[in-house]
Amino acid sequence: MSKYTEDDLKKELETQEYEYGFYTDIESDTFPKGLNEDIVRAISKKKNEPEWMTEWRLDAFRIWEQMEEPEWANVNYEKPDFQAISYYSAPKKADPNKSLDDVDPELLEMYKKLGISVDEQKKLQGVAVDIVVDSVSVATTFKKTLAEKGIIFMPISEAIQEHPELVKKYMGTVVPKTDNFYAALNSAVFTDGSFCYIPKGVKCPMELSTYFRINEGGTGQFERTLLIADESSYVSYLEGCTAPARDENQLHAAVVELIAMDAAEIKYSTVQNWFPGDKEGQGGVYNFVTKRGICETNAKISWTQVETGSAVTWKYPSCILKGNNSVGEFYSIAVTNNFQQADTGTKMIHLGKNTKSTIISKGISAGKSQNSYRGLVQINARAENARNFSQCDSLLMGDQCGAHTFPYIEAKNTTAQIEHEATTSKIGEDQLFYCNQRGIDTEKAIALIVNGFSKDVLNKLPMEFAVEAQKLLEISLEGSVG
Amino acid sequence: MLKIENLQAQIEDKEILKGLNIEVKAGEVHAIMGPNGAGKSTMASVIAGKEEYEVTGGTIELNGEDISELAPEERAHAGVFLSFQYPVEIPGVTVTNFIKSSINESRKAQGLEEMPAKDLLKKIREKSQLLEIDRKFLSRSLNEGFSGGEKKRNEIFQMAMLEPKLAILDETDSGLDIDALRIVANGVNKLKSKDNAVIVITHYQRLLDYIVPDFVHVLHDGKIVKSGTKELALELEEKGYDWIKEL
Repeated sequence: MSKYTEDDLKKELETQEYEYGFYTDIESDTFPKGLNEDIVRAISKKKNEPEWMTEWRLDAFRIWEQMEEPEWANVNYEKPDFQAISYYSAPKKADPNKSLDDVDPELLEMYKKLGISVDEQKKLQGVAVDIVVDSVSVATTFKKTLAEKGIIFMPISEAIQEHPELVKKYMGTVVPKTDNFYAALNSAVFTDGSFCYIPKGVKCPMELSTYFRINEGGTGQFERTLLIADESSYVSYLEGCTAPARDENQLHAAVVELIAMDAAEIKYSTVQNWFPGDKEGQGGVYNFVTKRGICETNAKISWTQVETGSAVTWKYPSCILKGNNSVGEFYSIAVTNNFQQADTGTKMIHLGKNTKSTIISKGISAGKSQNSYRGLVQINARAENARNFSQCDSLLMGDQCGAHTFPYIEAKNTTAQIEHEATTSKIGEDQLFYCNQRGIDTEKAIALIVNGFSKDVLNKLPMEFAVEAQKLLEISLEGSVG
Repeated sequence: MLKIENLQAQIEDKEILKGLNIEVKAGEVHAIMGPNGAGKSTMASVIAGKEEYEVTGGTIELNGEDISELAPEERAHAGVFLSFQYPVEIPGVTVTNFIKSSINESRKAQGLEEMPAKDLLKKIREKSQLLEIDRKFLSRSLNEGFSGGEKKRNEIFQMAMLEPKLAILDETDSGLDIDALRIVANGVNKLKSKDNAVIVITHYQRLLDYIVPDFVHVLHDGKIVKSGTKELALELEEKGYDWIKEL
């Protein structure tokens, strides 16, 4: 944590604009706008997919066509025109089969701007990275090191070619095509994403990481992640997201499926920093994401998310606690500023006996933003001795933002123990003056107070991500108190 | 050290300080006494630069420099420390982390590097012994769930860590039992030197048995109406404040 000094922070705070808002001029190969069966077929063909995959996509497309965009979330936005989006955009020079040394220098330059220098990561020997720009995976590092342990970590497009049996068996089992509007859309048009398989008894020796970036204008990003942890295995997976600043809204509709077999453990951490729109609420990413994991006996899935970006967020990383003694955890920090809207939370579905879930949600609202926690704790009839603990805290800045909490609890078994705690607080003038009097300026004081408020969740992040997350919190709230 | 001339200040159009004068030299301890509503806490807040108060006239000089236009953090960097009457809670931020930020922000303002962790820990150990503070206390969230006495002791601990030029103790004795009062006063006495100054704001003479002032001032209706030596405090204790109001 020591590498990042306060001077670095100061430098960053000087640049008030969205930091990742550059556009890299790489030649790209983009489909015409619009969506129909031909486009779906074309995507599948572009990826040289087998017939079963094409059919799977077409089936999803037909389901999607029958569905309506959901309206129950506590967000207001102009619905995207799905015929005005291009569903495939690939940086032309990228070739996933090449090694890192062959990657377009301009792309590498872009990763450097993102602060994810692959060279540096390589040296650190700790993180294997898969980077998805627009629609295509560009490079996966550490593939060989991982292969020695039998771990498969590759773009999902490659996995469809190389491990069709695994993809075919598991894709859509946790988030079915029919699950919801955006999941159906993603199933039809997903272009890339990451695939990961950890064999029985293997503890993945490094953090696995994927960075997503939308670059091309007028395109949507629909990535698909499938992570399978076989019996008694362990993996920690990190996901980071950025997009350039644009004045039109960009659509991001991802699906993430996690499968934790008996006694396996998956830790999935996300730092989401898609472009939030400008101070007037122009532009920004619509982030409509379906993330869900299933736990078999004695398995554990832990979701940790730091959501600072996007104009509109609709996201509920969930756990189906199917096996007895399985454990689900959800730790979330959601920050909204200016005109951002977030409706996020989790679903903990208790099916097995002695299942346990923990929900810690920290919402921070500033500017004119709206921040909602929405969660469901469902204890099914056969789930004897299920336990849940939920804590939802909201921190407000200024008097024009909103914090909302929508906790749903359904208990069908009398042995269930469910606890829910919630607090709402405001950063007070008195707190700021107290810090000022001790020589801490207001900007730094807010960072200190917010970090203190978020500590329970920040502590759950892997170290290198925690530092990035702390920086993001500070940058996102820049200028939020006058 | 501190020279205040004809200071006038108001909050929401209500005039509170109405021409306050005081001069405090290095090495001195001054006590400010006075009835409720006299403007004692306002005086402390205005010197520290709290923005709710509008200074409508007069000057505040610290070591010959007018500080009345400076932001509160700049005054802190210049050596002003206020021990709050009601210290605020900051959940999730430990005492140690808060003090570290505080020290390093001040050092940064003076163009110094951050204090090395080793030095910081050494200093924390030294000063926590001085104020008889349990090490466990340092990893608790700032003022969260602290008793009245713990809050005040924590204020003086921060003062010990920051080594200010001018320390203003605003009713530091309120909420302290006699043992805590002795520890806090003992700490303040040990921190006193010929290079710094202390202003003790209090309602009661009790604290002044432990922190012996060089001068005592009586504040009434926004002005200092009487000044004297420590005997004045005893006189106030005996006669109450009513006779002052008639001066």
